[in-house]
Amino acid sequence: MDAGLHLRGIVAGYGQGDILRGLDLDVSAGQITCLIGPNGSGKSTVLRVISGLLTPRAGQVLLAGEDVTGRSPRAMLTLGVAHVPQERSLFPAMSVWDNVLMGAYISNDHDAVARRADEIAERFPIVARRRHDLAGSLSGGEQKTVEIARTMMLDPPVLCFDEPSVGLEPRVRRTIFSILADLSSDGRTILLVEQNARSGLAIAHNGGVLDAGVVRLTAPASELLDSPDVGRLYLGAS
Amino acid sequence: MTRPGPHSRIRPAGTIQAVAFVAVVAVLPLITGQHWLVSLLVFTVMYAGLASAWNLLGGYAGYPALGHGAFFGVGAYAMAIGTSHLGVGGGYRPFVLIVPIAVGTALVVLPIARLLLRTRAAAFAVLSITLMFMVQTLAYNIRSLTGGSSGLIVPLAPFPAAIFERPFYYAMAALLALTLAVCWVVRTSKLGLALNAVRDDEDRARGLGVQTELVKLVAFAVSAGLTAAFGAVWAYYITFLYPGFAIDPLLALGAILMAFLGGRRTLWGPVVGAALIGPAQQYFAYRFGASQLYLVAYAALFLLVIYLLPEGIVPSLARRLRRLRRASPAAATHDQVATDSIFSAGDLG
Repeated sequence: MDAGLHLRGIVAGYGQGDILRGLDLDVSAGQITCLIGPNGSGKSTVLRVISGLLTPRAGQVLLAGEDVTGRSPRAMLTLGVAHVPQERSLFPAMSVWDNVLMGAYISNDHDAVARRADEIAERFPIVARRRHDLAGSLSGGEQKTVEIARTMMLDPPVLCFDEPSVGLEPRVRRTIFSILADLSSDGRTILLVEQNARSGLAIAHNGGVLDAGVVRLTAPASELLDSPDVGRLYLGAS
Repeated sequence: MTRPGPHSRIRPAGTIQAVAFVAVVAVLPLITGQHWLVSLLVFTVMYAGLASAWNLLGGYAGYPALGHGAFFGVGAYAMAIGTSHLGVGGGYRPFVLIVPIAVGTALVVLPIARLLLRTRAAAFAVLSITLMFMVQTLAYNIRSLTGGSSGLIVPLAPFPAAIFERPFYYAMAALLALTLAVCWVVRTSKLGLALNAVRDDEDRARGLGVQTELVKLVAFAVSAGLTAAFGAVWAYYITFLYPGFAIDPLLALGAILMAFLGGRRTLWGPVVGAALIGPAQQYFAYRFGASQLYLVAYAALFLLVIYLLPEGIVPSLARRLRRLRRASPAAATHDQVATDSIFSAGDLG
């Protein structure tokens, strides 16, 4: 067992129905793992289980060998697991700066938060440039960038991204993927769920195909990109 | 803990505003000997405080609380019972009761708040106003304590007739200063950040580690406690309590409208709203009181301002001032800081 994130036999869903039906998944430490699959296969649910937003009915979530199943979102943040949800998750009526500060809400070290916010503003210029503007006034790409900036406030070693490119124009999408690749080069463990499978796998080290609540196939991302079956089913190849 | 950012420190401009505000409020009753005018000031300052206290829950946290009349009434009856049944005595001594009344109300309200805060938006609004009518019904029926529909007399304060209103005015002003100080601390702390996040999206806030239940409870309890404190002073000033007046939906709604008018979620908005609407309300009540037409005039005034300045006066003016300053390149570097400082517009909503 390495220092990564491992899901074992996860059964989870909403109401009476199960979305994940005994899911197993390994996310290697320090690498990007991209999970692809059709709509409704349970990709977002996997991330919700990991980040503590949804408690699984069965199975285990292991982080660096420790069982963290069912921990609260706050506890998972404390453990260094951050989640960037699919939908726009900024607080639209709050300023960009306050949104970024919310990323370190659980920290009580005022000076460290101030220092980190300045570092983030340096790394993500949009934060410095638009700090006083309401987050709701930013474009989709700018909002996604600020969401990522907010997530980085706690310098989390494990990041879960839920379709970060959804709804973005191609140029902005490329920027977002390059930010993710950049974050991975710092040694972070990244689990990326992406409908735009080709772009997601292109920056990932490993890939997995999720279908009907279970992972059907795992392989290095380059192999999945080259696989005729995966290409035909999920990458839009003929 | 304070938070880094534009609201985190007391700036010279903010200090000047606070000192000027205190000076104006302190001097106002001294420049007129007219009793009706000082009485009008008492009510205006009271409404400014009520609107600011409501702003903690209704503005920063975004919970549409319509039942603050209940807490005002609880404070009023607590003062009346303290002075008439418990033999606290007269003069300035009843003012000592304000602190235990505020703290007691804040504590007693906690379990009720916990239930109410399980709901949101319209459901919360309905439940909160239901709570107010429940408290009013209780006041009508617990005759041994409240006198029921016969009312309850609070002993008249033995202050000299020439300056009779002044002690009440300064008590209200001190409570307003306390309420504004609490609001400022909340705005510049992590609690304010958390309340704003709760207002925008409670589930997202929880996802970022905000203990949403706790911060909402704190806002609710502090807001209710401060409201009760104003009710306590009001009761001693009015000297006669009747459930329909002491627990009056219009009183709470008036304070809410003032917060809307001046600008919710701003520090000075509720004060500005009260300064404009408070005297107008008293004038309308005096001019059209017998026919209840004053409520129509009141509503028309409110609709007019909301039509012209939909976010409220302070945020709308702040936005316009910011646009003007942005148009001037020389002022561009100073515009945001200055605007935030003057209008506290960093978190307009």
